[in-house]
Amino acid sequence: NADLIPSLPESIIAAACSRSGQRVLHVDSRSYYGGNWASFSFSGILSWLKEYQENSDIVNEGPAWQEQILENEEAIALSRKDKTIQHVEVFCYASQDLHEEVEEAGALQKNHASVISENPTEAVHSAYLPSEDESLCIASCEMLTEQTPSSDLETALEISNVKVTGETEKHDDKTCMKSASEEETSKNVPTTEGTALQPKKTRITYSQIIKEGRRFNIDLVSKLLYSRGLLIDLLIKSNVSRYAEFKNITRILAFREGRVEQVPCSRADVFNSKQLTMVEKRMLMKFLTFCMEYEKHPDEYKAYEEITFSEYLKTQKLTPNLQYFVLHSIAMTSETASNTIDGLKATKNFLHCLGRYGNTPFLFPLYGQGELPQCFLIDKNEKDKNEIYSRFAIIDQFGQRIISKHFLVEDSYFSENTCSHVQYRQISRSVLITDRSVLKTDSDQQISILTVPGEEPGTFAVRVIELCSSTMTCMKGTYLVHLTCTSSKTAREDLEPVVQKLFTPYTETETENEEVEKPRLLWALYFNMRDSSDVSRNSYNDLPSNVYVCSGPDSGLGNDNAVKQAETLFQLICPNEDFCPPPPNPEDIITDGDSLQSEASEASVILEANSETPKESASLGNPEEASQ
Amino acid sequence: MPHGRLKVKTSEEQAEAKRLEREQKLKLYQSATQTVFQKRQAGELDESVLELTSQILGANPDFATLWNCRREVLQRLEAQKSPEELAALVKTELGFLESCLRVNPKSYGTWHHRCWLLGRLPEPNWARELELCARFLEVDERNFHCWDYRRFVAAQAAVPPAEELAFTDSLITRNFSNYSSWHYRSCLLPQLHPQPDSGPQGRLPEDVLLKELELVQNAFFTDPNDQSAWFYHRWLLGRADPQDALRCLHVSRDEACLTVSFSRPVLVSPAAFPRKHHGCGSGAVGLTGLGGNWGRLCDLPATSLNDQLPHHTFRVIWTAGDAQKECVLLKGHQEGWCRDSATDEQLFRCELSVEKSTVLQSELESCKELQELEPENKWCLLTIILLMRALDPLLYEKETLQYFQTLKAVDPMRAAYLDDLRSKFLLENSLLKMEYAEVRVLHLGHKDLTVLCHLEQLLLVTHLDLSHNRLRALPPALAALRCLEVLQANDNAIESLDGVTNLPRLQELSLCNNRLQQRMVLQPLASCPRLVLLNLQGNPLCQAVGTSEYLAELLPLVNSILV
Repeated sequence: NADLIPSLPESIIAAACSRSGQRVLHVDSRSYYGGNWASFSFSGILSWLKEYQENSDIVNEGPAWQEQILENEEAIALSRKDKTIQHVEVFCYASQDLHEEVEEAGALQKNHASVISENPTEAVHSAYLPSEDESLCIASCEMLTEQTPSSDLETALEISNVKVTGETEKHDDKTCMKSASEEETSKNVPTTEGTALQPKKTRITYSQIIKEGRRFNIDLVSKLLYSRGLLIDLLIKSNVSRYAEFKNITRILAFREGRVEQVPCSRADVFNSKQLTMVEKRMLMKFLTFCMEYEKHPDEYKAYEEITFSEYLKTQKLTPNLQYFVLHSIAMTSETASNTIDGLKATKNFLHCLGRYGNTPFLFPLYGQGELPQCFLIDKNEKDKNEIYSRFAIIDQFGQRIISKHFLVEDSYFSENTCSHVQYRQISRSVLITDRSVLKTDSDQQISILTVPGEEPGTFAVRVIELCSSTMTCMKGTYLVHLTCTSSKTAREDLEPVVQKLFTPYTETETENEEVEKPRLLWALYFNMRDSSDVSRNSYNDLPSNVYVCSGPDSGLGNDNAVKQAETLFQLICPNEDFCPPPPNPEDIITDGDSLQSEASEASVILEANSETPKESASLGNPEEASQ
Repeated sequence: MPHGRLKVKTSEEQAEAKRLEREQKLKLYQSATQTVFQKRQAGELDESVLELTSQILGANPDFATLWNCRREVLQRLEAQKSPEELAALVKTELGFLESCLRVNPKSYGTWHHRCWLLGRLPEPNWARELELCARFLEVDERNFHCWDYRRFVAAQAAVPPAEELAFTDSLITRNFSNYSSWHYRSCLLPQLHPQPDSGPQGRLPEDVLLKELELVQNAFFTDPNDQSAWFYHRWLLGRADPQDALRCLHVSRDEACLTVSFSRPVLVSPAAFPRKHHGCGSGAVGLTGLGGNWGRLCDLPATSLNDQLPHHTFRVIWTAGDAQKECVLLKGHQEGWCRDSATDEQLFRCELSVEKSTVLQSELESCKELQELEPENKWCLLTIILLMRALDPLLYEKETLQYFQTLKAVDPMRAAYLDDLRSKFLLENSLLKMEYAEVRVLHLGHKDLTVLCHLEQLLLVTHLDLSHNRLRALPPALAALRCLEVLQANDNAIESLDGVTNLPRLQELSLCNNRLQQRMVLQPLASCPRLVLLNLQGNPLCQAVGTSEYLAELLPLVNSILV
């Protein structure tokens, strides 16, 4: 069924399989889209929080699924309980008056409760796991196929709704602002523009955030797209890009000596920079030009291959100022982390991406990173025909069997037994809502990325991404700030020092000293997310060969990891197939042909491909039992 | 084929479909073109022609003849239609033009047609046109067709220069490699900051100049290989063309000749030549003008220069150039002259010269700083040389020559240009030295000269030594050296002697070890009446049989010819 949206690599594989003529069934035990790749409205994130706060309940085993296991089958228990998120802490600084009376205005029915209640048909209903259950998974198949077209439509409509909402924003704003000013009549807030232009006078209250909650699209993972990264290439190649819109990141920032400043990294930036001296401009340009094609000049770096990139930079004609920019903001590495070659590679990659779509190398999808899995799924759904190849048996809690040939699962579903030998890394994350940008400029609509290097050895650099309201991820007059780093302690312990450097908690008593003030925090969330990106499949216990494992999000800035993973897995599932080929030109499609002729032969082809590992596939999937 | 996969045409089928489509298109195109030409021939310039041409131009906006057709039709319709109908027609035309520009934003014909159309409208909407330009420059900030059109629109709409300057600012900020934008600045800034009448025209006040210099420095420090910034830099430091002047007047009693040197090439017909000769006590005397440009000479009637009078005053008035000069021939003197001082007038600093040498000095320092970082950047090296010349050509002579050497090494493609430029600078320096020494002897030997220039400045030189250079010719302009008596040009690569013509006082000419091959090239020597010594040793023509006899016949008055 198409209503549930899996993680990014999963949705890419789904789209790719679908393009190659495979039937794909999505099954999800979570109550929201995308797993850890999800994106939430403000009320959505509050529900998510609540879920984690209640997550500790241990639930008993489900019904007698064992009875459904056939003789030649072997069961893998999948866990319902998500252990990938830990140490969730939330702080609200905005004034909370009237809090209880407000509700999110016209909240999109994206989150779980409403989805279930609005989809009363049996088929859809069965696709969702009741949240009490901890044990097995999941879902139906055959009868769902009849539903597919209509649910496609629903998905499509839902997406377009989101966009339409964005476009009619002006109108909505007026109504919202009206109510805001009603609440704060004592403060005499007059105009609609007040929020955006005079944040000092218009205090944003918690009730406003709640009310405007659907303006927020809060991503659990904070990533950007490298404009020449694998994901962009894939979006273009497969023409999935038509379902998404992007904004260019407008600024690269650095935090140095207690000040936030803009990093000049493009030719135009260097030219326009007021902070660099003429000589520095030349030094920087010269070094960057060299990095663009450093491979061609091995004599310039060969002697320094053994040392760290930061040491190498010291040997170059660069002032400390410039060394800092290159190391932390362009190569985005640290004093100790990478050697000369890695640093040069990272710098080259940064520069290579520069200028393709704008003055920085990065793009951000409107409405958040959570949009991207959806794009691939819309694509998949459009391609779907009503057939399923089921070779893998899934038994849901109602005792239904779903038979499928390949089973793709995110590692978060594995039970403790399966991953008893695995050591996971952690990502520390924080999401902030603030009232202004960390670096004020003429335009208040800036999207910035800022790297704050770790202070002590052993701590990691913190990546800060600040989104303005035109990215459709937060309400007007606020900024949504994502902080990410590799964990050394809990998220709050890791990130709070940086938050304190850049922001100040919102307080009722305002100092009138506007100039020296940092942006104020309205709301803050901290949590740790499991990083399973470098765990190899072999580390998991007893996985049959037709179970494919997707990792959760990695801590990197780009999405290359997800795409690589998707492509590798796709090649295993559909060997010799092109990965997400471009869709054919509509003019070249022959419509009158009979496309149902070769079902049998097709099935055997796939079988043969799998016959390399006959033992496991026999134990799990029985070809004879394929679909009714 | 797996299920759910779309069936698509094979590549052969696609190719065939494409081919048929193209064939169809070509047919339509050709028949429409034919119809238009027939209608035009028949004088049927009606709306159907507009329709037909729009079909073709919509696909290929570079069909200039069809734009002409459209203009003819529109002109005819102008007379026939009501104002309302015409307005609708214009609206369609503007929309059509825009669609053509989207097909090819660099189509000369389309932009020109838009200019023409807007020029004819009673109430053109210039604001919309500016917006259109801004859009097209957004897409391609270097589209000079659009820049041209923008300047046209801005002039028609009288857009304040400050606004246009801000527009160039915004585009330079985005990408400074933009000749059009820099050029536009050089037009707008003098308009924005008009100089008082007395000041040099086309120049900027110092505060503005310094700001522009900083801007352009940002550009060439960011990317020193970008030429556009260097060109603008040169414009900033340059000055307007020097005012017309008569550089030198020379009168010779013996030759009964007045010679005038102008500040720029002029072409004067004898009749148009303005003349006035004040012999003390006598009236105006007629002068004969000869064709010429830099050095300009006029023969005087011999009788007018008798030695009876205490002095003769000659005043030359150059009406076209609004300049005049006079010189006096005193009793008992063979000649008289009056000339501008090359040092006082800074004749050789035209290219780079602002009033304040401090500005130049600081520019020189920045460029040297850049050169240290970019030792092989030709633009930087050249600018350093020019700045040094503007500051003090003699003080920096040695350094300049070193920079020339580096520059030639890094830019071998322009070696010959650089040699010529270097020759010019060396000659200027020698001239300055001669002026300081107050002599009429010029030594230019052993300087690696490849070209002779500024010869019009050498009007008074009597002895010229050009030996041991790389000259390949004695150019026609050499004929301006009216006082030259001795010319040494040994050890060059001279092949022609066009300039050794009508030199009234030339007595000695030495041309040893050159490349004179044909006897014919010696022909001009016959026009030098006082030549008595000629040395041609070491030239190929000396090997030829009969050269001595030929020379004896050609130059009967020369009593010593060394072959």
